[in-house]
Amino acid sequence: MISPSAYLALAAILFSIGVLGVLLRRNALVIFMSIELMLNAVNLTLITFARMRGTLDGQVLAFFVIAVAAAEVVVGLAIIVAMFRRKQSASVDDARLFKW
Amino acid sequence: MVNGILAQSAVPSVVRADWLVLLFPAAGAIILMFYGQGIKRAAGAIATLLMTASFVVAAITFFQVVARPAGSRVFVHTIYKFFNAGSLSVKVDYRIDPLSITMMLIVTGVGTLIHLYSIGYMRGDAREGRYFSYLNLFAFSMLLLVMANNFVIMFVGWELVGLCSYLLIGFWFDREQAAVAAKKAFITNRVGDFSFLIGLFLIFNHFGTLDFGRVFSSAPTAISAGTATAIGLLLFGGAAGKSAQIPLYVWLPDAMAGPTPVSALIHAATMVTAGVYMVARTHVIYDLGHTAAVVVACIGAATMLMAGLIAIAQDDFKRVLAYSTISQLGYMFIGVGSGAYVAGMFHLVTHAFFKALLFLCAGSVLHALADRADITKMGGLWRKLPWTTFVFVLGWLAIIAFPGTSGFFSKDQVLEGAYGAGHTSLWAIGVIGAAITGFYMTRLLVLAFFGKSRDTEGLHPHESPVSMIFPMVLLGIAAIIGGFLINGNGENGRLARFLEPSIGPPAGAAVAAPGSSLTPETGVLPHRNGGLSSAALSGIATGAGVGGAVVALVMYGGLWDWQRRRENPGLAWRALRNKFFVDDVYQFLFTSVGKLVASAMAFVIDVKIIDGVVNNFGTVTTKIAATGRRLQTGLVRSYALGILGGSVLLLAFFIARAVR
Repeated sequence: MISPSAYLALAAILFSIGVLGVLLRRNALVIFMSIELMLNAVNLTLITFARMRGTLDGQVLAFFVIAVAAAEVVVGLAIIVAMFRRKQSASVDDARLFKW
Repeated sequence: MVNGILAQSAVPSVVRADWLVLLFPAAGAIILMFYGQGIKRAAGAIATLLMTASFVVAAITFFQVVARPAGSRVFVHTIYKFFNAGSLSVKVDYRIDPLSITMMLIVTGVGTLIHLYSIGYMRGDAREGRYFSYLNLFAFSMLLLVMANNFVIMFVGWELVGLCSYLLIGFWFDREQAAVAAKKAFITNRVGDFSFLIGLFLIFNHFGTLDFGRVFSSAPTAISAGTATAIGLLLFGGAAGKSAQIPLYVWLPDAMAGPTPVSALIHAATMVTAGVYMVARTHVIYDLGHTAAVVVACIGAATMLMAGLIAIAQDDFKRVLAYSTISQLGYMFIGVGSGAYVAGMFHLVTHAFFKALLFLCAGSVLHALADRADITKMGGLWRKLPWTTFVFVLGWLAIIAFPGTSGFFSKDQVLEGAYGAGHTSLWAIGVIGAAITGFYMTRLLVLAFFGKSRDTEGLHPHESPVSMIFPMVLLGIAAIIGGFLINGNGENGRLARFLEPSIGPPAGAAVAAPGSSLTPETGVLPHRNGGLSSAALSGIATGAGVGGAVVALVMYGGLWDWQRRRENPGLAWRALRNKFFVDDVYQFLFTSVGKLVASAMAFVIDVKIIDGVVNNFGTVTTKIAATGRRLQTGLVRSYALGILGGSVLLLAFFIARAVR
């Protein structure tokens, strides 16, 4: 059996990749995927802890995260498509409507 | 609608219509307010009829009350509950007792005659309907004041009277003089009203009620002499405003800027009598607070003397009469301040007769001379205005207290009251005042009506119509014989006996303060402790009055060239002429300094400090925002970095706390 710390380390690595993706990439789709990566890293952590403690709480929470993420994907993709239609670009730097 | 409440005896079914006294003028005021302009000429007739009806009801009430034994002549009727606030419960109720009936008869009686006179006087005025509406409202307000059974309702009437005086003095508001005089009257009165209001607070603080019956019956035990003095002085502050006493008398001479019948109404039937009535009504307080009563009498004497002196040097017909009113009010306050409440009220009644008469005469003269009021340019009017001259002579006889006239009896009783109360110096001032009264009234009479006609070219004086002469004749008759009929016998007179249930002493109370010679046994007029006899006092005062008149007759009757003397006036004349510079001092002290303070407030406090603070809030906020809004880059990734940084900081914080 692989030790829990390996799972946690994997989760941390995945989360960091996600963060870097969000901060460094400009393409809205890639940023979106990076967010999914972070969500799944968190899911992995939750399940790891659930197994460690022998409770179901973390697993239930992970299911919720998956469900919410699925819904969020729908909304997010719709926004990205709408934005692309207006600007012919999926770069987040082109969407600066709230700049002072 | 009206529930009789048991007062001191069971309410008989007869005294039930008395609320109509209030209703008629109120209805007139409201009807004419809305429809008066449309019906024009009929407005005066309606207003006069309603006042007459009111007078008839008051007279019926009077006879019903007189028919009852002296001990059961006080009735209190409650109309409805006004409001409850904490422990204060105020009812709209009114009081029928000899004192209020006396005032009701004066207000409605003299008021009716003035209404009648106004029909002729105001004919053709553009706003006749509104005029009569105000006139009715004035009568209603005064009736409310005198019929009130608690201080709150009295105060309502008190304020309404002030409002009406403002409306009527400023009736011709397109004339600047009238508009200014109206403001002056209103503001001066407000100063007095403020003092009155504080007095009411003090009463409520000590008694827990503002009901007349409960305050007056518990006063001897509930408050100390000091408190009574404080209350008395504060209430008198209000009276000084309404009744034109020092230091608040300045509004009354200017009040003649209104139509002349209004002056008659203000000076005789309503308004200025309110203060005297109020002191008589609250006499229990003044009996307890002896110092307050003495102050009232002294201020009355000072006002009487000062106003009399000023009247000598005035050339405006109505202004002379206005100062004479102030002077006569001073007499009334000498009376009520000396504990001679009946004498004060009696002088109020007789003064209402002859002063209304004199003012109506003034109106008739102004009517004839196209509103030119300068008596130095009149003279010889008796040929053109025989009736006016005749009734003016009647009023003149009454005001100089010629033996047998109404003024003779009432002034005598006031002075006798002052003398009897031990105020010998006030009595002496009163006698001097009588001489001065004789002098200035005779001067007015001679200059205006007799001698050669001066400078009336281009004018064709004509006698007034019958509707104006008739009320004047009635008042003339009252001015001559009214005094004898009402209270010819001093302390045993009809008025004295009638008023005893209202302003006799409260039973068993230690009324007389130490050192006072008030005698609780009679309460009506104090007995004298030796000194001059009644006849001697009367002789001295009458001699002074008639003497003053004779001096003026000689001086202005042709033996003395007053016109040439005037070209080179002395210092005393100039002081009198300028009303002792009181108006100028007030102008400086209150108006100029007031304006200075106001501009300091406006341009320093308001603009610099208050506006400055508000404006600076705006500027500083804008500046902070100008810097802060640069955070709003619009770049999603920079926001994400912010979120990350925040999360890391929070995490670090929790970890640090957990480790420690």
